[in-house]
Amino acid sequence: MTNPTPGLLDRPTVRFAARRLTRFAVSLWVLVTASFLMLHLIPGDPIRAALGMNASQDLVNQRRQALGLDDPLLLQYWDYLKGLFTGDLHTSLSSQLPVAQIIGERLPATLELAVAAFALAIVVAVPLGAVMGVITRNGRARRAELVFTTAGVIVGAIPEFVLCVVLVWILGVQLQWLPVAGKTGFASFVLPVVALAVGPAAILSRILRVEMVAVVGADYVRTARAKRLPAFAVYAKHALPNALTSTLTLGGLLLGTMVAGTVLVENVFAWPGLGSTIVSSILGKDYPVVQGVVLVYGVGVLAVNLLVDVALALLDPRSTIREA
Amino acid sequence: MARGSRWSAAMRTPIGVCAGTVLLVVLVLAVLGPIVWSSRASQADVAAMLQGPSSDHWAGTDNLGRDIAARVLVATRLSIELALLATAITVTAGLVLGAAGVLVGRRVARAVSAGVNIAVAFPALLLALFFAVIFGVGAQGGVLAIGLAGAPAFARLTQTLVAGIEQRDFVAAARIAGIGRVRVLVRHILPNIAEALVVNAAIGAGGALLAFAGLSFLGLGVQAPDYDWGRLLGEGLAGIYDQPIAALAPAVAVIIAGLALNLFGEALAKGFGLTTPRLKMGRPTPPPVHGAPAADGAVLDVADLVVTLPGPIQPVRGIDFSVGRGESVGIVGESGSGKSTTALAVARLLAEPARVEATRLSFLGNDLLTGSDRTHRRLLGTGLGVVFQDPMTSLNPTRRVGGQLAEVARQHDGLSRRSALALAVEKLRAVRVPAAERRARQYPHEFSGGMRQRAMIGMGLMGRPALIVADEPTTALDVTVQRQVLDLLGSIQREDGVALLLISHDVAVVQQVCDRVLVMYAGRIVEELPAAELAVGARHPYTRALMAAAPDMDTDRDQPLACIPGRAPGPEELPEGCAFAPRCSRASDVCRQEDPPLESDGPGRRTACWHPVIAPSIVDMETAGQGHE
Ligand code: SF4
Repeated sequence: MTNPTPGLLDRPTVRFAARRLTRFAVSLWVLVTASFLMLHLIPGDPIRAALGMNASQDLVNQRRQALGLDDPLLLQYWDYLKGLFTGDLHTSLSSQLPVAQIIGERLPATLELAVAAFALAIVVAVPLGAVMGVITRNGRARRAELVFTTAGVIVGAIPEFVLCVVLVWILGVQLQWLPVAGKTGFASFVLPVVALAVGPAAILSRILRVEMVAVVGADYVRTARAKRLPAFAVYAKHALPNALTSTLTLGGLLLGTMVAGTVLVENVFAWPGLGSTIVSSILGKDYPVVQGVVLVYGVGVLAVNLLVDVALALLDPRSTIREA
Repeated sequence: MARGSRWSAAMRTPIGVCAGTVLLVVLVLAVLGPIVWSSRASQADVAAMLQGPSSDHWAGTDNLGRDIAARVLVATRLSIELALLATAITVTAGLVLGAAGVLVGRRVARAVSAGVNIAVAFPALLLALFFAVIFGVGAQGGVLAIGLAGAPAFARLTQTLVAGIEQRDFVAAARIAGIGRVRVLVRHILPNIAEALVVNAAIGAGGALLAFAGLSFLGLGVQAPDYDWGRLLGEGLAGIYDQPIAALAPAVAVIIAGLALNLFGEALAKGFGLTTPRLKMGRPTPPPVHGAPAADGAVLDVADLVVTLPGPIQPVRGIDFSVGRGESVGIVGESGSGKSTTALAVARLLAEPARVEATRLSFLGNDLLTGSDRTHRRLLGTGLGVVFQDPMTSLNPTRRVGGQLAEVARQHDGLSRRSALALAVEKLRAVRVPAAERRARQYPHEFSGGMRQRAMIGMGLMGRPALIVADEPTTALDVTVQRQVLDLLGSIQREDGVALLLISHDVAVVQQVCDRVLVMYAGRIVEELPAAELAVGARHPYTRALMAAAPDMDTDRDQPLACIPGRAPGPEELPEGCAFAPRCSRASDVCRQEDPPLESDGPGRRTACWHPVIAPSIVDMETAGQGHE
C-alpha cells in the first residue's frame, strides 16, 4: 500500500493481460496443431476416402502430393504453419477453390448471425435477470421466482435446432410471417437469431437473477442505500456491475457455445455461412475445407473467451488480481 | 444422513417425482418401443401417405405412409441407447483424465490438467464435429465423438472434486500405508465424490441426448435405414410444409427426454445437498403502550421502536431514546441484543421483510414514519452519515473510492462531477487519508482496512451531517487502527458538532467516546446512564456484569467477552419475565414472572430492573465473574 509506483510488470492489470494473452496463444497453438493432426488421425487414406473407390490411383497420388501428405510429418506441420501465416489453407478437394476463399465468402454471414444473436441474448438477459433479481430480492415474490426459474430451466434446455423447427412451423409455415430459408434481408435474420439467442438468454438471465439477489444483499449495496441514492441508481450503478461480473464468470463460456450453435441453426435455415459449409464438407469428406473451417470456429470461440475476460477486467478490477 | 435416504429425499421433491416418472416412462419405451411398434413403423402404405391424425394413425403418416407415432416411439431406443453409450465414454474418459493427479506422476498430471483446461474452453459441439471427422460419419463415430467431446468438462469436474477429497487425512493415511494408486482412487476417493459424479452424469446424459439428436439432424449421426429422433427431425423439417407433425413429434420427444434427464440430475443434486434450516417460532410481545415525551431539539428522537422479522420474531421490542445536537450516545450489548438492528432501523435502512414500527421516529424534527423514502431522501442523504461494521465489504469493489464519495454530493447537492470529486478529496483529507488525491482514484481493494473505514466516515461527511450512526465501526479492524478510527469519530463529534450514535459490543469503546450510554439486552434498553457513571454507578446487574467482564483499553482485546456466565437469549427464545433472569445473581420470583419496566431513576438515568444495585457493591461484581476495579 505504501509503494506508489510499482513497476509496469507488477501492475495487476498488466500481469492479468499478460496471463490471458499467454493462455490465448497456447490455446491457439493447441487448436492449430489439432486441426493439422485431424487429417492424420483419420484411419486409412483420407484422400482415397474423399475421392471414392472409383477414382484412379493417379488422381489420388496427385492430390496427396498437392497436400504434401507424403512428406515427413514435421515438414508438413511446418508447411501448414507457414500456410496459415500466408493465408494458404490448401484447396478444396471437391470444388478446387482455395479454402481461404471459401472461408472469406462464407464467414461474413456466420459472423453477422453470431453477433446479432450475442447482442439479442445480452439485451434480453441483462434487463430481465436484473429486474427479476430486484423483484425477488430477500425472498420476495416467491411465485414470480418459481415461474421465472422453471420457465428458464425449460427454455434453456431446448436445443437451438429443436427450437428452430418449432419456430419455423409457427412463424414460417402456419403464420407465414417470416422467411424460413436463406439470407435475404432483415426479416430472414429474425428466426435464426431468435433460435440461437433464446437458450443462452434464458440461462444467462437465470444466473444473473441469482447473482443479483446475492449482490442486493451485500454490504456495499446497503452503503449505497445509506447514501440515499434513488433505487434505480442503487441497483443499476452499484448492484448490477457486480452481479454482471459473477454472471460473466459463470456464463462466459455460454457465449462461446453460441459460436458452435450457429452450425445447427445455419443448417436449418439454409444460411449461406460456414455452418452449412462444414457439414457438407464433412459429409463430402472435403478435409482441407473442414480443417480450415474448424480452425475459424475455434479462433472465434477463443476470441469470445478473451473478450469475456476483458469485459470482466473492466467491470471488476479485482478480477485481475483475484487469481494471481 | 444415510445414502439411501438421501436418494429418496431427492426423489420426494415435486420436480424429482415428475422427472423421475417421465424418465422411467422413457426408459420403458426404449425397451418396449421397437418390440411393440417396429412392424407398424416400417409398414409403408402408399394409399395412406401424408395423412392427418386419425384413429388408425393418431399422429398421421409420413411421405411413405408410415405411422409417425410408431416411428417416434421406436426411435426412443436408439436415441437413448446412443446417448447412454456416449455418456459412458464421457464419464470413463473424464474420470481417467480428471483423476490423473492420483493415478500418475505429478508432471504428467499437470500436463493433462493443462490440456483439459484448454479443451474445456471449446464448446462440446465443436469438439464433437472435430471427432466426427476423425471417427467418420455414422452412429458409431457419433457415439465416440459426443462421448469424447463431453470428456473435458467431466474431467474438470472430477479434478475439482478429487482435489477436495485428496487433502483429507484418510487419503493421506491410505497413501502412507502404501496402498496402490488405483486402489486409493477406487476405494477411498471415488466413493466420496460418487454423488456429485452421478448427478453430473445424469445431466450429461441429457446433454448427450440433445447433442446426438443434433448430429443426426445434421446428417452426421445415425444413417439410413436406422433412425433416431434427430434423423426423424431432420427428415420432418424437409417436409414441414406437407406434414409438420413429422417434425414436431420427434422435437417434442427430444425436449421431453432431454428435460427429464436434466431435471432428474438437478433434483438429485438438490436432494444430496438438502439442508433446510427450520425457523423457530418466537413469542411476539405486544407493543408497549406508553412512549417517552418528545425531547426538545433532539437530532434523533425515537419512541416505542419495534422491529419485527418474519417468524415472527422481534429483535427490537419497544425502545425509546433520543440523541441531542452534537451529543455522542453509545449503545452497548452482546450480539443478538438488537443494537445493530436498532441502528439500521433508525437510519431507515432495514429492508423488507423486516417491519419497523414506532410511535415516533423523527430526525431533525422531520417525521420519518410518514412519507415515502423519496421525501426523506435528501434530508437523510445529507444529514445522516452511516458507518458500517466491515469496511472490507461496505465499499463497492467495482467503483473508485473517490467516485463513491462524490456520488453523495452529486445526488443531493447537484454538484458537477468535477467539484463533487474535489469535495470528496477534501473529505478524504479531513479523515486523514494520506495522498488523498491519488487515493480517490483507487479502488477499495487498494485500501487497507483502517483506510477504508476512514473513507466510509468521509462518505458520511459529504453532506452536512447532523448525526453519524456508526455500527461497530472498529470491530473488524486491528487494535492499533481501532483507536485511530475512534479518535477520528470523537474529534469529528467534538470539533464539528456532529452527533454520534455509536453501536458497540465493547463497553470500553463506548466509555471512551460517548457522553451517554444505552445498554441493550434481548431487544430492550435495560439501562441508560451517563458514560462517566459506567465504572461505578451502573445499577442494572447486566451493566455491572458487562463492566466487570470488560477489559480496559490496555488488555488484550482478542479475548472474547465470555466472562458473563450463560448466554444471551436470541429473539426467538425469550424467557418469561426479565430476559436477564437466567443469568442474574439477583433474580427473584418476580423477575421470572414480570418484565421490569424501564423507569427514570435520576437525572439522565433510566433502569429496568426489579432489584437494581443502588450502591456499588464488591459482592455483585464478584458474582458476575471476576473482580475488577
Ligand atoms: S429484574 Fe431481576 S432478573 Fe432482571 S436484572 Fe433485575 S434483578 Fe436481575
